[in-house]
Amino acid sequence: MRTRTSSAEGFARLLMAVAGAAILALLASPTAPALGASATTAPVQAVQEAPRGAHARARAKTSLPAIERRVMCVTCKIPLMVADSEQASREREYIKGLISEGKTEAQVESALVGQYGPAVLALPKASGFDLAAYMVPLAAVIGLAGVLMLLLPRWRTRARVQAGKQTDTPTLGAADAARLDADLARFER
Amino acid sequence: MRSRVLPIAISLVGVCLVGLLVYGVTARSASRTLDEALADGQRPAAPQAARTLPVLNGSPPDTGDSLAAYRGKVVVLNFWASWCVPCQDEAPLLERAQSSLRGHGGTVLGVTYLDASPDSERFVGEQHITYPSLRDTTGEFAHAYGTDQLPESFVIDRAGHIVAISRGEIEKGFLNKAIKLAETTS
Repeated sequence: MRTRTSSAEGFARLLMAVAGAAILALLASPTAPALGASATTAPVQAVQEAPRGAHARARAKTSLPAIERRVMCVTCKIPLMVADSEQASREREYIKGLISEGKTEAQVESALVGQYGPAVLALPKASGFDLAAYMVPLAAVIGLAGVLMLLLPRWRTRARVQAGKQTDTPTLGAADAARLDADLARFER
Repeated sequence: MRSRVLPIAISLVGVCLVGLLVYGVTARSASRTLDEALADGQRPAAPQAARTLPVLNGSPPDTGDSLAAYRGKVVVLNFWASWCVPCQDEAPLLERAQSSLRGHGGTVLGVTYLDASPDSERFVGEQHITYPSLRDTTGEFAHAYGTDQLPESFVIDRAGHIVAISRGEIEKGFLNKAIKLAETTS
């Protein structure tokens, strides 16, 4: 049982360590636009550092659907990929124009922010109040891990005590034992 | 005692989350401070007057201008966008007001909001607009005026104080009265 309890604590500590590392990584990368966006922007950054030939090939990959997933229709307040309005069409045309100029995804996003403001981005910024969008879920996971770390040993102890109670053989009083013996003898006759 | 620590901690976290939610909602919702000040008979100063914004159709393209540059003039500050239908409807009225104001040393000053400059420029051409327009590229200028819907207009006197606010399509009677008020109070 002790081994199980310590493994639960170990798991909780591991969770906390991972969450802590994620926070540190977020705080240490001021250029990262958002935690959720880093996965999608990473290839673009890699493209910018790649040799010229690779750059040209990767630039050709900038596509309207990829941008549509990451920006909003500013008047309908929904992601552009699901928006169907006059303004959404205008935004798509503007993006197509930028893509045809050979702009990368990061450059297209930057141009969109220049025209429509930060409200055009689907993901909140990783700064100011918007940082809460990333920190609150992370804090919730850490808090939940902490609560589990506190409660799991207690629950296990309680379960063990209750299991012990259920397996204990009830003791029989002398009078009851004598009556039981008499009853058994009478049935055997 | 120890058994109370956890419920108290969870309650505190819950209160903090609700507080965060309330702060987020109130900080992002449109402020009506200017409207309330006007209703109390005050003349609030036009917010962020010194903020420099890019000029639509500016030459060179990175030309900037601010509301403060129009101090000493009566200004009808009008937030608009090319996708806004009421903005199209009120554009002729504002253009007529511009013709009238120009003779009295005043101006209509447009501010585009959530609009791409090529679309705004097309709108200016189609509506034959002659008054200058600035571009609020971050939305912060509009937010300072409590603007979250278009069109909205603020009539500002020569001293830079707001004398009247129209949230929605501006009406001729309101505009004429507000301009007269701005000209007489400053």
